[in-house]
Amino acid sequence: MKYKSQKVAYWFFALSMLLLVLQITYGFIMGFARIGFDNLHDFIPFNTARAVHTNLLVVWLLSGFMGAAYYIIPEEAQRELVSVKLAYVQLISLALVGVVAVVGFHFNIWEGRKFLEIPRPLDYLVVVNVLLFLGLILTTLFKAKRKTTTSLVLSMGLLFAALLYLPGMLPFDSQVTDSFFRWWVVHLWVEGVWELIMGGILSFLLIKLTGVDREVIEKWLYVIVGLTFLSGVLGTGHHYYYIGVNKIWLVVGGIFSALEPLAFLAMALFAVNMYRKGEKKHPNKLALYWTLGSAIVSFVGAGLLGFAHTLPQTNLYTHGTLVTAMHGHLAFWGAYAMIVLAIISYSLPNMTGRKLYESTRGRAAFWLSNIGMIGMTVAFGVAGVAQVYLERKFGMDFMEVQKEISIHFVVLLLCATMFTTGIVLYIIDFYKHGAPTDEALEINE
Amino acid sequence: MLSKKQARAFFLGGTLVTFLIFIGLTVFSLSKEVDQTNHENITAEVVRGKEIWESNNCMGCHTILGEGAYYAPELTKVVDRLNLKYNGNGEEVIKSILMSEGPWQPNGRKMVAYGFSEAEASDVVAFFKWIGEIDLNGFGKVVGVDRKISPLAKEKINK
Repeated sequence: MKYKSQKVAYWFFALSMLLLVLQITYGFIMGFARIGFDNLHDFIPFNTARAVHTNLLVVWLLSGFMGAAYYIIPEEAQRELVSVKLAYVQLISLALVGVVAVVGFHFNIWEGRKFLEIPRPLDYLVVVNVLLFLGLILTTLFKAKRKTTTSLVLSMGLLFAALLYLPGMLPFDSQVTDSFFRWWVVHLWVEGVWELIMGGILSFLLIKLTGVDREVIEKWLYVIVGLTFLSGVLGTGHHYYYIGVNKIWLVVGGIFSALEPLAFLAMALFAVNMYRKGEKKHPNKLALYWTLGSAIVSFVGAGLLGFAHTLPQTNLYTHGTLVTAMHGHLAFWGAYAMIVLAIISYSLPNMTGRKLYESTRGRAAFWLSNIGMIGMTVAFGVAGVAQVYLERKFGMDFMEVQKEISIHFVVLLLCATMFTTGIVLYIIDFYKHGAPTDEALEINE
Repeated sequence: MLSKKQARAFFLGGTLVTFLIFIGLTVFSLSKEVDQTNHENITAEVVRGKEIWESNNCMGCHTILGEGAYYAPELTKVVDRLNLKYNGNGEEVIKSILMSEGPWQPNGRKMVAYGFSEAEASDVVAFFKWIGEIDLNGFGKVVGVDRKISPLAKEKINK
């Protein structure tokens, strides 16, 4: 760690870990409900569990991205953050908004729009919070001695993510128009600007971990984010095939979303090639596992599994089935969860001064969580494909089909247990690092 | 070999061009001329139905237009489907479900007992009816009543 203010990142990461545990807990509630054990229904019905599960995902990832920015930007800008106090204010307000939203979901207080369930008054607080965050990051960058491509791409991703939250707040009488603009937020976040954030973090980690020249890495970073937007923006069309808008999206969405895996393939090839070119001297192998893992798993989860149901001919039958959950889980895990866990694994020893690089626990955390998540993805996939055939092709009743496929949710829960074991080990490792300290300045840099 | 400057131009240029096309297509597909939603049929009842739909997070279990949580049935063609199943009394069945004060457990999966008023339930039905008329580029057939019914499924339905 080179700058004292980087320490603030630790607390954003700690919040991420806490929310991740809660997210998984609510995931289990849903999993058990699907095999008939919905004993918590009176307190936590499925729609509450679902809203908590997905919103906590968004908040813990955002908290992780913000932590990453607070760690990376000072180092790239070669100066302290403009205000550490305000960064803590921003952290506390983020946690408060998250907690109030989640508690509200248990009392039927929400907007009820998939992924954007946070009620309107809290939306405004989110906007204020994000503006404060962006203010701190952009002012630091503006006053910087140097402005690197990595820091610019990362900041651009964060800025666009904030701007794109706004279309989701527009009110419409028509469900179709509402849905249309909801995807401006959700799709253009996860298949657009979040990839900028991911690319920025990935580039920072590769520069640090492989020792390859910054100019080479940053040039390819531009190519990757270029491919992302080239395919991802018009790829939004794959959400518009069957929601009641013009057929032109079948063509546009079909072509461009079929190109989306290219950006992820480029990202995976880029990470692996930089690793091969590099000196392989950095001792933090765990961070390297998570970094390369993120690039590769995101290609499989977001790229390949996304492609599997993105063509209009296939999507006609898979739209609105568990096939989407299959893709969603591995995509979010690979692209965003793993990159956050990578930057935590890299920065934690630097902030705390404890070099727990080679722990068996850390490796077990990596493999158990990844194998568990792949198992979950397969379970969702089998359930989803069976659902498509029985319900959509053979015309069976929804609930009859759900009974037929419930066995796959037993498998899902078993794999989720393995996944959770991995995450618990990761968090134990996090805890064992202890708190960040100024004594860690310049260590290992 | 590609230079960093060329790579940046590719990123900025590509993003700008695709985003402009995206805006153009958005304006086009939301214009009145190509409307597939019967926008003029969105009555005050339909709007209130949508508000009830959202404020109770129905999408947290059900799907509509194929969007939602896959835990409870797709409701895009629910009126037609229940009309077929209950001899034309689909609307009444939906209303009775929405107005139920007691625990409601179709096929073993619990639904929150919302206990809506008759007027609220009618609003939600109006919303479903408007949704059911939208031209969904073929998806309506996949989830509608005229989808292909296999002999196996017919046997189960008749039970």
